[in-house]
Amino acid sequence: MMTSQEVLVPLLLTLKVAGWATLLATLLGIAIAFAVARLRFPGREVLDAMMTLPMVMPPTVLGYYLLVLVGRRGVIGEWLYDNLGISLVFTWQGAVLAAAVVAFPLVYKAARAAFEGVERQYEQAARVLGKSELEVFLRVTLPLAWRGILAGAMLAFARAMGEFGATLMVAGSLPGRTQTLSIAVYEAVQAGKDDVANFLVIVTSIVCISILLASGRLLQPRYAS
Amino acid sequence: MRIEVDIRKTLRSNGREFTLDVKFACDDELGVVFGPSGAGKSLTLRAIAGLEKPDYGRIVMGGKVLFDSVAGINVRANERAIGYLFQDYALFPHLNVEENIGFGVRRWWERKPPVDAARRVAELLDLFELRGLNKAYPAQLSGGQRQRVALARALIRRPDLLLLDEPFAALDPLLRGRMRAELVAMRAMFKVPMLAITHDPEDVSVLAETVVVMIQGRVEKVVDVKAAPYRDGEGRVSEGLIRELLTGMDKAGPPPLPRKTIRAVK
Repeated sequence: MMTSQEVLVPLLLTLKVAGWATLLATLLGIAIAFAVARLRFPGREVLDAMMTLPMVMPPTVLGYYLLVLVGRRGVIGEWLYDNLGISLVFTWQGAVLAAAVVAFPLVYKAARAAFEGVERQYEQAARVLGKSELEVFLRVTLPLAWRGILAGAMLAFARAMGEFGATLMVAGSLPGRTQTLSIAVYEAVQAGKDDVANFLVIVTSIVCISILLASGRLLQPRYAS
Repeated sequence: MRIEVDIRKTLRSNGREFTLDVKFACDDELGVVFGPSGAGKSLTLRAIAGLEKPDYGRIVMGGKVLFDSVAGINVRANERAIGYLFQDYALFPHLNVEENIGFGVRRWWERKPPVDAARRVAELLDLFELRGLNKAYPAQLSGGQRQRVALARALIRRPDLLLLDEPFAALDPLLRGRMRAELVAMRAMFKVPMLAITHDPEDVSVLAETVVVMIQGRVEKVVDVKAAPYRDGEGRVSEGLIRELLTGMDKAGPPPLPRKTIRAVK
């Protein structure tokens, strides 16, 4: 028989990890996508390629990079541990970081396309009406790009929920602490617990399909005349 | 109010080059810049509004220096107190009529405009016969209604100068005559100096006291059409004479550069 330990705990943990990862990826994605879409600076295309990289790299490679960076002996990890006493490896926060990196390109790409789809003329109209750059962004650019960004964020959430490789590298598979849905599926199959695996697979599928349907709706044109 | 423009700017796109080199002054309340498409009229207007930075030159409005490349002055677009009517109005598609009109008088941390601003929005809705449409979105409006909203949105801040970019080009010909009359009436009410650009001689005869004729990035001539021979004894505009003045001016210039690929030369 399935226990809530085996089903509910990984599900809730996954929602927590994917939620934080999506928030992190979305905030960063909006900032960098806006810069790439609206500003002209040297290295813009290189930055764009770098931001897209996690989409094409194997998650285990990304996980390895993250370990090199934030592991106890890593460049950032050592500083974090010595100065703040924080260690990300084998924690749910580490899983958030891994999922955020893997999901980032989805929200970044969507946000860049959304910002580029906002006609410059609306921003110029707001400027001529006496608005500062911050106000132009908050009242014109962001509201007009919002649906595209949200659709990207939902895809990022779905991707973060299914994250496996990088999460396993950084956070491991500690039941109740870092064992997310997709890792729990793997463990269940390995242990021959088919009923647990079936249930987890169905839950994951339903969530992902719902998200895809909802984000598809968001991308339909809205202000057509 | 006197507007002085003396600017130069070079644009380059796909190996083609366009140089804008305009110099004119306009003392009248109603100025029209006339010329064929591709003459650089829009660029000139955008430079006055601060949406485009000239390479060299000076722009002075009513004694206030807006741009001076030598003195290093470039007043930002949001500090120029200029109203701008975009050719296709650029109404914010996510805001309704009343939010569009009130946009310039509401700060971003306020959920609603302050009381006096809200009263002004209501006044303008009445004045522009938009009362029943205050909750409508731009996509639901007709061309004439959109233009009224755009005008109200620009006028609510009581700008020192109103710039109009081909104000009637987006309207169907039957509506143009009516909107011209409306614009003239509104101008008289708000007493705001206007500078319009157009390639339509009809606009010149209705809106102009001074005509600046532009061809291929240069000012061909500046003509005062307030007095004879362009007006008859009762001060009415003689359309025929204005047409004569503009004859041959609207012959096609070089095709305009595609807007999206224009990039300023540093």
